Amino acid sequence: MTVIGSVAAYYYLAYAARRQVVYIGTTTSLYDTGLLDRLGADYEGREPGVTIAFISAGTGIAIEHAKNGDVDALLVHSPDLEHQFMAEGYGVNRKIFAYNFFVIVGPEEDPAQVNGTTPDEALQRIAAYGQASGQAVWVSRDDMSGTNQKEKALWAETGLDYDTLRQEPWFVSSGSGMGATLRVASEQRLYTLSDIGTFLKYEAEGLIQLADLVENDERLINVYSAIAVNRTRIQHVNFEGAMRFITYLVSEEAQNIIAEYGQDTLGRPLFNPAVSVLVSGGDSEVASWIRSYAFFEYQGTLYECPPPWRVGDYGLYS
Amino acid sequence: MTVEDEILAITLRSLVISGAAALVAMAIGLPIGVVLGLRRFRGRDTLTGLFRGLMSLPTVALGLLLYLAFSRNGPLGFLRLLYTPMALIIGQALLVLPIMVSITTETVENVSPSIRDLALTLGADEREAVFSVMRESLGGIVLAFSASFSRAISELGVALMVGGNLQGLTRVLTTSIALETTRGEIVLGLSLTVILLTLMISFNLILNAAERRVRWWLWE
Repeated sequence: MTVIGSVAAYYYLAYAARRQVVYIGTTTSLYDTGLLDRLGADYEGREPGVTIAFISAGTGIAIEHAKNGDVDALLVHSPDLEHQFMAEGYGVNRKIFAYNFFVIVGPEEDPAQVNGTTPDEALQRIAAYGQASGQAVWVSRDDMSGTNQKEKALWAETGLDYDTLRQEPWFVSSGSGMGATLRVASEQRLYTLSDIGTFLKYEAEGLIQLADLVENDERLINVYSAIAVNRTRIQHVNFEGAMRFITYLVSEEAQNIIAEYGQDTLGRPLFNPAVSVLVSGGDSEVASWIRSYAFFEYQGTLYECPPPWRVGDYGLYS
Repeated sequence: MTVEDEILAITLRSLVISGAAALVAMAIGLPIGVVLGLRRFRGRDTLTGLFRGLMSLPTVALGLLLYLAFSRNGPLGFLRLLYTPMALIIGQALLVLPIMVSITTETVENVSPSIRDLALTLGADEREAVFSVMRESLGGIVLAFSASFSRAISELGVALMVGGNLQGLTRVLTTSIALETTRGEIVLGLSLTVILLTLMISFNLILNAAERRVRWWLWE
């Protein structure tokens, strides 16, 4: 039995080791929709012998993985954390590849009456309702994920301090992923901030009873970028493998997959391709939202990747 | 690859990885357990207590410790083991080692000393006496292996932290169940659970039958 076991294990491992693996750290909200598996499979079909390995975790831990040299590239959605990561010299060649919108969801009866308001107004009403009723009203992921970072920023824009609100009795911390948090919100009749992908998927599966109350507002924009881990800062990373995959992500083929993903199963696309928006229709409303939310300033100009953080020529920036 | 192929691959991967982990744990843990069960020495009680305590190590805590060790910046980073099946085998073997040792120790201790003394009075030498104790302990040793394999194949924390749940590489039954649950694919998650349970029940039935055969052979 030992012999059979070790022989099987040996062949299995030898098989696994023959392939070239590119490790990509990513966020749960992106991975759980299934989009990345679709893109990964398409890419592996084009590049035989290459395996794209997605390590799915919150944006916070994904960035830790990158700093430790355990992944070759990141696909994340938290411009502040991305800027910090790149400013510390860990990341290069950032490229925005997709965007969509967060939604504020909550009970259908909408006790705080936020339906159709702006995010700013909605959060103020929710906080006021919570403070008046003293009951649980809002559930936060509270896990340093990209969605959680966005939530903190939204509270800050309303003039309320997240760390103070966290202590109040109406504010619930789930400390778990988006799906689990949506279920808590659904069971306990709470409001929360969600990415549109997880919300639509859970709604389509009949797992939650929540209404989509505030959406399609500039302040709810959610921008996904790819960043390669800097090989001069972290040795051993598969930089060329990472760059080939990032180049693929912004190619027309991949952008088309992104544009259509979710249409057949959920009835509407979950993501919007960002490359064409930023290049050709660069003066559209959405392009200006993406610029002001997710671009980085360098010497008075906004860039998706400031020139000092670009390495090599991969035709990403024109 | 169809969903069926994928599920089959994941199931086989689970069996190979956790089976290898349980075998490694047995290769290391069985001798330790036999020595702890047979010998009386200073610090023995401390060691048995230590192994029993380690049975409660949370899988996610072990996963975190191993992640820090195997990370490319960690002390064992040069081995490049993180996110490989090998890392999973090592992690699960460490996880179940305390179970293997503790159950073996307890079994061997309960058989001894009467059997051993009897064998020795009947003119057996020390080696033969140890063999007869082992023979009497067979049931307990089989249970130790079965419990180790079960714990290995059903754990999630180590597989997520050092395996990374990579499709086609380190995705096993438990990480698939967790992933499909967060994806809202409840039916698929439940099917995988049924597969895992069916496998383990079948495995234990076969193991029981095999044990009876071996027992019959040992006494003939």
